[in-house]
Amino acid sequence: MPTTLENWNPGKAANRHPEVTYEEKERLFFEVKNDPRYEDFLYGCYECGICVSTCPSARFYDYSPRVIAQAMAREDIERVYDIIAEDIWNCAQCFSCLRCPRGNNPGGLVTLLREVAVKNGLQETKDVLQGYSRVIYKVMLKGNQVSPDMLQPDFFPDWGPWVGQFSANMPVWRKAIPVDTLRGVTDAAWKTNRKTLLELYTIWFETGNMDIIKEIDEGLYELLADVMQEELEEG
Amino acid sequence: MNEMTTVEEILERKSHAVVRDAQVAPTHDIRESLFELEAKGELIVQRMPENHVEVTTKYGRTKKIPLEHTWHHKSCGQCGHIPGYTSSIFWLHRQFGLDYLDPTDQTSCTGWNYYASATSNAAAQAAVMVRNFAAAYETGYFPVIHCGTSYGHYKEIREQLVHHKELRDEVRRILDKLGKPLVLPEEIVHYSEWVHVMRKKFAEKQTVDMSMITATVHPACHYYKIVAEDAIYDPDIYGGQRTATVTATLEALGINVADYSTWFDCCGFGFRHVLVQRDFTRSFSVLRKIETMKNEVNPDLTVTHDTGCVTTLDKSQFAAKAHDRKVGIPVLSDAQVAALAMGAHPFRVVQFHWHSTDWRPFLEKLGINWQKYWDEFQGDLELIRAGQKSGITWEDADKPVVYA
Repeated sequence: MPTTLENWNPGKAANRHPEVTYEEKERLFFEVKNDPRYEDFLYGCYECGICVSTCPSARFYDYSPRVIAQAMAREDIERVYDIIAEDIWNCAQCFSCLRCPRGNNPGGLVTLLREVAVKNGLQETKDVLQGYSRVIYKVMLKGNQVSPDMLQPDFFPDWGPWVGQFSANMPVWRKAIPVDTLRGVTDAAWKTNRKTLLELYTIWFETGNMDIIKEIDEGLYELLADVMQEELEEG
Repeated sequence: MNEMTTVEEILERKSHAVVRDAQVAPTHDIRESLFELEAKGELIVQRMPENHVEVTTKYGRTKKIPLEHTWHHKSCGQCGHIPGYTSSIFWLHRQFGLDYLDPTDQTSCTGWNYYASATSNAAAQAAVMVRNFAAAYETGYFPVIHCGTSYGHYKEIREQLVHHKELRDEVRRILDKLGKPLVLPEEIVHYSEWVHVMRKKFAEKQTVDMSMITATVHPACHYYKIVAEDAIYDPDIYGGQRTATVTATLEALGINVADYSTWFDCCGFGFRHVLVQRDFTRSFSVLRKIETMKNEVNPDLTVTHDTGCVTTLDKSQFAAKAHDRKVGIPVLSDAQVAALAMGAHPFRVVQFHWHSTDWRPFLEKLGINWQKYWDEFQGDLELIRAGQKSGITWEDADKPVVYA
């Protein structure tokens, strides 16, 4: 809901998300605040705006790292919920905001807010990450964020006609790379041995990372868990 | 943490240049804490190989950079989409006979995904990092990180592991299950730091004159903004007020490095944005970086030292042409430029064909007849297609090209 002259209530955040109870918003706030890293990321805020002046997202979105630091410091439960629902996915995670003279890490705060949004399966977060599932699949299973076979014209149409060339020539171009671990590999960034992948799957299960995936995309979780468990059982 | 209480104090501090004196550095030296934890038996610190050099970082502290006996923590974005970046790093090692390992027991840091989607947590990210470091430790080779994000992410995780015992205990429990020790290297080293300390040796073997080239530098955010005090600064480069990596290398190769007003801005990568919300990435990259460089210094080339920056700055330029924006600056990594300067084959090693913004004018300005080498490379591809050659190997690629 946009802020208008009618609903604008300066000094106190309007309840822009009445569908969520205050208690639930408060619970999410304290989940962020109780993260052990929180104290390393927020020391206070002078409202100097240095973080905003360096922030790429602030130039293109209605987004402000200063507001995030301020809302967290003031324990403004309503505003923090707005930020979780509407703002956090605008952050580019470049960490230019670490230029903060107070030593704050607004980008780090965003990371914590995102983790809580994901862990609690917020619908706004599910919507944002919907088109991203195939990347999560790749990184969880292969240990690589991207692979050569992702260079497809339908995925990167704005990267120009060369993407068609990459994709058309992929098998042979990949063989024409002198690096031993890259040569001929198209479904991952490099050759990773099986033992290493099994160790990675163990980490995902042991740290609760798989539960996080389940919360955000149950179908993806089923798919990943099936493959990983089968591999781990084979040993 | 430096205690500041008033705006006046901040303004006072900001009015001075960064003080390069380790005795008054505003941050704690995390490496001291690592050795303290090692003494308590909490973790192992992997020591630097004997063959290393020392450089200074932002606040004047000393950092050791290994020259060889290194375990290469590759970058998924480089290996996946810009393979000439990786092959150039290895080619440079091979030209000097420096001992290195290109391991298959490495995973990416998974930090790109973490910064993009937060579908992970602190323990998982730390366990992935330490598993990689343990794999390096088992070989006796010292890790060198190719990706700027992995480098920054690992430095931040190192801080978290030092400051939070619960996290250390959790990571140790997981590593125990994997049969691996909780080990961290004495220094977290980025490949561009190795390039930086090798730059004069590169210049000694340089065969391609680059003095007619004007380049801009995009310093990678995750290299020098995350745990900022660990990046290399040199009083001879920007008066020690900006990181010296990349710029010092280009200057050593005789390239004219031109400054531009938005040097501090990020490239617009955005992690999630570059994959699924590229309107932001393209806009920022073109309007704040490429077009500013074009308007202010019109460089022949822009050079950076991270996966995401090369990808973003290079790939974002095509669509901007539809809006008549001023684009057309080829983008390379420092390692690719250094390799090219020493005669690396433009396609077998530097792999220009994976780059999108037109690089031909740059090669032509260097006097390199790219068509000749492209034809040669096409010959390689024909043999591969015909099954007469399994692929290009170092045997094909090691020998520097002598340009006419």
